[in-house]
Amino acid sequence: MSDDVAIVGIGMHPFGRHEGVTGMEQGAIAIRKACADAGIEWSDLQFAFGGSVAAGSPDHMVSQMGLTGLQFINVVNGCATGGSALISAYNTIKSGAFDIGLAIGFDKHERGAFRVSTGKAGERDWYGGSGMALTTQFFGMKINRYMEEYGISQDSLARVSSKAFRNGSLNENAWRRQAFTEEEVLQSQMLSYPLTQYMFCSPGEGGVALILARADQAHKYTDKPIFLKSAVVRSRRYGSFEVLAPSLALDYADGPTVDASKAAFEAAGVGPEDIDVAQLQDTESGAEIMHMAENGFCEHGEQEEMLARGDTEITGKLPVNTDGGCLANGEPVGASGLRQVYENVLQLRGDAGKRQVPNNPKVAYTHVYGAPGISGVTILST
Amino acid sequence: MGQVSINENVMDLTDEGPRLKGMHCKNCGNHVFPMQKGCPKCTSDDVEEVQLGTRGTLWAWTIQGFPPKAPPYLGETDPEKFKPYGVGYIELPGQLKVESRLTVSDPTALKNGMEMEIVGEIIGQDEDGNDLVTFAFAPVA
Repeated sequence: MSDDVAIVGIGMHPFGRHEGVTGMEQGAIAIRKACADAGIEWSDLQFAFGGSVAAGSPDHMVSQMGLTGLQFINVVNGCATGGSALISAYNTIKSGAFDIGLAIGFDKHERGAFRVSTGKAGERDWYGGSGMALTTQFFGMKINRYMEEYGISQDSLARVSSKAFRNGSLNENAWRRQAFTEEEVLQSQMLSYPLTQYMFCSPGEGGVALILARADQAHKYTDKPIFLKSAVVRSRRYGSFEVLAPSLALDYADGPTVDASKAAFEAAGVGPEDIDVAQLQDTESGAEIMHMAENGFCEHGEQEEMLARGDTEITGKLPVNTDGGCLANGEPVGASGLRQVYENVLQLRGDAGKRQVPNNPKVAYTHVYGAPGISGVTILST
Repeated sequence: MGQVSINENVMDLTDEGPRLKGMHCKNCGNHVFPMQKGCPKCTSDDVEEVQLGTRGTLWAWTIQGFPPKAPPYLGETDPEKFKPYGVGYIELPGQLKVESRLTVSDPTALKNGMEMEIVGEIIGQDEDGNDLVTFAFAPVA
């Protein structure tokens, strides 16, 4: 195991809806907090990777942060945009090119489901025009099929949502901080069968900044460096079942989550049994259930019992989405994967307050999945 | 004023109903919808356009319960008038699974493996007042 990259500073602008504050301003606030956390100035940063899908080119931030001439590269990579900014920063430090730098992600999306336009210039957009091209439909179809195949109940879907909002109620940075009972989740409007309104996360706003440094210099900045053991992004292979696909192959292959997870565990030299806390993509509650298995934490179908036992609660065997996940935080795409890492750093530092996972967690896992069939995984350790 | 295909590059509207235009790879036999110029399975660019099958079996489904945003949606977006509709993947034997609207929106009437066939569905009107027809799959009677 190599310990060559450390996270030495973290900052977050609360997720939610922030009238009158641009996505980029939320990113800038997150950066100032991260610099304060690491005890450095903006001018100490040698490079930055910035991710945003809908809130402008991140490198424009230099005009409000300071024109120091640093290397600033923009990253746009679907739902793995934030994760890709982090991986780029990680590899930059590993390569020896720089000693300290920034991964920043922020976003600001309109209300309601993501608007996906797939039309070619000069042609009518038949896909979205016909009432497909909604990410919510994919999630409905995938979990509907999965429930039938592996015996997952609708009560389990409700359990996941209820846990998310309960955890979100303990998180001052979360968007949705009101706890809902399983009954309330089940009774909310049916959006995409079998998923109801409170089983879905919403596109939202927010920003997260992470400062990375060479591990051998980490103690200059913090008493509690957290080491980035691996950071991996994978795209889909032929035969996988993906979001926004007008057709699928007859062949079947595992999705990019399975590939990214295996590669991340291998690079970190640990296995699923070593993970003390996990943040898994929960675009909707069914996704969290499927991703538990796709990331290697259980067999397909075992989730039903695990959820009934409370295994994924903060006090359970494998706490999942301790900050409320996407369900309670919403999904500003550029920042979402970095929020997961932010939460894991808090958990590993022992700074997660009311939602702290007990018994000093040492190894933590994050996973994002999204359009157009992409997944990012990180493994952190103390 | 009559009926026209929502997009002739992906779907012909014939007297027998809609016919989808897909890609067939001459190198490995793979199919993709809609037509594209390279095969994602074997990476060959020796591909041709073919008409896809019109019958298959339901592989996955959901019900769209809220009006999609317009644009891009061409159908009814008024929440008062909107009617939920099914969306699913239909496995066309020997070809691929195609994503489609379903004529059924009652979850108790849909089951994976059921036989489905392609039909036309009017989704809106074009600038000249013609009905725009897209494809949907309906249970085989």
